[in-house]
Amino acid sequence: MAKIDWTKLAGIRSSEITDPALFARRRQIMQASVALGLSGTIAAPVLAKGENGTPLNAKITKSELSTDEEPTSFETATTYNNFYELGTDKGDPARYAKSLKTEPWSIVVDGECDAPGKFTLEDILKPHAVEERIYRLRCVEAWSMVIPWNGFELGALLKRFKPNSKAKYVAFETLNDPELPGMSRPVLDWPYVEGLRIDEAMNPLAFMAMGIYGNELPNQNGAPLRLVVPWKYGYKSIKSIVRISFTEKQPPTSWNKSAPNEYGFYSNVNPDVSHPRWSQAKERRLSGDTSGLAALFTSKIETKFLNGYAELAGPLYADMDLKKYY
Amino acid sequence: MDTALQDSVTTPAKKKAWAKRWWLKPLVFLVALIPLVSLVYSLLTGQLGPNPIEVLTDETGEWALRFIVLGLLLTPLRIWLKKPWPVQLRRMIGLFAFFYVVVHFSIYLFLDQQLDLAAIIADVIERPYITAGTVAFLILIPLAITSNRRMVKRLGKKWQSLHRWVYIAACAAVVHYVWLAKGDRIEPFVYLAIVMFLLVVRLKRVIA
Repeated sequence: MAKIDWTKLAGIRSSEITDPALFARRRQIMQASVALGLSGTIAAPVLAKGENGTPLNAKITKSELSTDEEPTSFETATTYNNFYELGTDKGDPARYAKSLKTEPWSIVVDGECDAPGKFTLEDILKPHAVEERIYRLRCVEAWSMVIPWNGFELGALLKRFKPNSKAKYVAFETLNDPELPGMSRPVLDWPYVEGLRIDEAMNPLAFMAMGIYGNELPNQNGAPLRLVVPWKYGYKSIKSIVRISFTEKQPPTSWNKSAPNEYGFYSNVNPDVSHPRWSQAKERRLSGDTSGLAALFTSKIETKFLNGYAELAGPLYADMDLKKYY
Repeated sequence: MDTALQDSVTTPAKKKAWAKRWWLKPLVFLVALIPLVSLVYSLLTGQLGPNPIEVLTDETGEWALRFIVLGLLLTPLRIWLKKPWPVQLRRMIGLFAFFYVVVHFSIYLFLDQQLDLAAIIADVIERPYITAGTVAFLILIPLAITSNRRMVKRLGKKWQSLHRWVYIAACAAVVHYVWLAKGDRIEPFVYLAIVMFLLVVRLKRVIA
């Protein structure tokens, strides 16, 4: 039987609570310093984020494009996921994470480009310096998180394949492994496919992530490589990519195929364009450490146009009616 | 024969049969409380995950629907089994269905919308699945109020026609579930199939 954690219920974050061993050690140091006649306060050590993960073996630089909002806890971001190939329940992706095999991994690049090919994951990652981008993630289901991604700009990756003048769009495809527990039923038309207009893909906000919280990307978050497009609903940020294709025509996208009147190609976060069945005006921010009663009483927050990224992403849609191109 | 009055234990024979099954109602009562107790326990132990409002809403909604379906199942069950006990449980099962609907609706009003009246009214008017759910809830209110023995006697034949509205509530509840699901989910359609089956069974009896 699980124990009732009263500190959690009271909404006290685990980061506010000192680890007992650390407390004892600090107490010893205090006593020693008192004995030595030293005074002054001892600064609390910063607890490392990303417990339970495998730290990335790379130097990570910070980015000016990061938000300074409080990130969602690592635990929440890695246990509450939509990744239908692993199951439709939010806990399924973490539960069945092991069934996704990420080694070996290769990515096929084809279509309208001068340097296509089949690349190993290592080939793809090698030339890129790793950045941290702390982005808001807004799900179409009206919840949101703040996630520190690690990776590099999508544009920098795409330029390596020398897209030609016919490359108006870029299409992505997720791993298609019928062995995955969620793929036995046609919840969506597998494999999962997504796409961006080429100028959207080249926008400095569009990001390829191979890590989160300084850790390797866990399988449930789309290992080994996934897209992050922070101004669009979460499902545009396709996971576990195996193919990147440059196309002249607008590529099909999975949710649009499933329900065209509900999910458009653009899928930009927009509080003024409701999902036909629910409002997009507000969102519930999942901060993490609040899995007790505190999470029951937190208010929803207002959803911002383009998820608050209008300054950089807004010019992409300058002359478009976003109610029509949702 | 008026099945509504089955619930009232009248004749000595019925009284005797009922006395032999004294444990049935208390047992069903306790079993029907298990989903609530387990949800509260999971909530207090932090097992509902980072979005407990979503889990509580989904779970109480699904349990409400299960009890509605179970309630619809009892009359055919009495006929198939030729035993009176299923119908003797009907009021309690119906009231538990209403109880889980009230908890479900309260979570939506107080926790999800935090009594934001403008948002709630907009939801009820603009979101078909919320309209359907609200319709189901509103229908169940008079049924719950008139579920006691005194009202059964007082309303007589009217009681039965009033309580036939439960079919409409059941349909509205299933439509509510089908319309809110994202992706090609199988569960709402399973409930839809069960409710349709139970309705056809009844219609066949009415026509025959």
